[in-house]
Amino acid sequence: MHTVLRSPTAEVIIGDDQPFCVIGERINPTGRRLFQEQLRAGDLSRIEVDVAEQLAGGAMVFDVNMGMPLADEAELLAAAIRLVQTQSDRPLCIDSSVVEALDAGLAAYDGKALVNSVTAEDERLDAILPLVKRYGAAVIGLPNDENEIPEDPARRVELTRKIIHVATERYGIPIEDIVIDPLAMPIGADTSLVVKTLDTISMIKEEFGVNMTLGASNVSFGMPQRHAIGAAFLPMAMARGLTSAIMDARASQIVDAVKAADLLLGNDAWGANWISTFRARQGA
Amino acid sequence: MTPDEILKELYDQTMVGNAPRVLELTRTGLAAGMTPDTLLYDSLIPSLEEVGARFERGDFFVPEMLIAGKAMAGALEVLRPLLAETGAATVGTFVMGTVKGDVHDIGKNLVNIMLEGAGFHVIDLGVQVSPEKFIDAIREHKPDIVGFSAFLTTTMPMFKANINALEKAGLRDQVIVMVGGAPVTQQYADAVGADGYAADASAAVKRAKDLLQQRRVLANA
Repeated sequence: MHTVLRSPTAEVIIGDDQPFCVIGERINPTGRRLFQEQLRAGDLSRIEVDVAEQLAGGAMVFDVNMGMPLADEAELLAAAIRLVQTQSDRPLCIDSSVVEALDAGLAAYDGKALVNSVTAEDERLDAILPLVKRYGAAVIGLPNDENEIPEDPARRVELTRKIIHVATERYGIPIEDIVIDPLAMPIGADTSLVVKTLDTISMIKEEFGVNMTLGASNVSFGMPQRHAIGAAFLPMAMARGLTSAIMDARASQIVDAVKAADLLLGNDAWGANWISTFRARQGA
Repeated sequence: MTPDEILKELYDQTMVGNAPRVLELTRTGLAAGMTPDTLLYDSLIPSLEEVGARFERGDFFVPEMLIAGKAMAGALEVLRPLLAETGAATVGTFVMGTVKGDVHDIGKNLVNIMLEGAGFHVIDLGVQVSPEKFIDAIREHKPDIVGFSAFLTTTMPMFKANINALEKAGLRDQVIVMVGGAPVTQQYADAVGADGYAADASAAVKRAKDLLQQRRVLANA
């Protein structure tokens, strides 16, 4: 199954026969005090640095999130998206929990975006999926409902089924435009959580065959040597069927691990990407 | 073991989160005639404070903080009934919950463990807690502090809604309000009229103790 994202001049295909889709997580003010102050003052220039660094690291899509307290998120998100599109031809992942901001972001974006995200809550499905349909976007579905973020993989699969059913049947969104987030949790909080995520990936792959993405940095939260953990986690998840991640694209240790896994899983014919990346570095 | 040796080892074993040994040492101390207050205030609490300090410096990591908190909580289960007799049962009572519309609880649960480790009596209302549920719990448990947790920019406005509900119920002056969660900032906490904010579990414990201390000083002034 192929999820196709587009900018005016470029296309990225997410799929299990494609190189893993690296979505750069960095354009996000959460936990970045200086960046928040700059954005509040109308200074978006830091975004240009974030784009350049992630592009150099191997980002294929940029996640753009402008969620911060006491700001007009819709206006900021639209401005940020317009700016990112002047800096690179990569497609974007439009990230907000505010419906109006998603609407403004989709309106500002030129191309086919990935909307991040909708949950299995009825209210959210009915607010966000019409936007996804109207703009012809793809959407990330999070299998949590109004009661809980379930730990049990079977429950996550159940909520995935609900999201896919509502999106395809009620809103006519093609199944290939639904990307499920199997929910990555911090290993530091409980060492049984990541195995549950891996099991969820296998089950979703088996039952629906859809593309999947997740917030990979969640896994290493609160632990030392975060990049090493990310570099171990993603290849495991890829072997189970994960086809994309919103991740630290500036961390070469993690990106290299992903590229090596692409090669090992048969998604890098003749090792061409692997070798050309090596050669480019050798020349640099 | 001498009392000093017990205090020293209790401190060390709490820091490394050796729950069985912490429990054993607590019982040994009590059997040797040491008071629950001494064990708590001269060993357990300072140990956990050191864990918090190391966490803030980046020398300790989340799982280390968690096991130390859990080891401490085990000792407190033994000590709490005895402390109740001396009138020093808890540092304070804390009602905690993730706000309505939000089901994220990993961060909140971390804070709970550290609060319990620091000697707070924590009443966790879970996730999706409505203003009415917070009010009911405050009436029932009469906490010193109420904590609102939110993980999304869309659910953070519930802080203000909760505070408004507290005011309407005539409870605002009776309870300290703390807020937290990934997108929350000090500036936002100030804007909604919260009394305290902290960026992580360890800082939250420190802030809670400071706020409690301030309130008690004011009450006695």
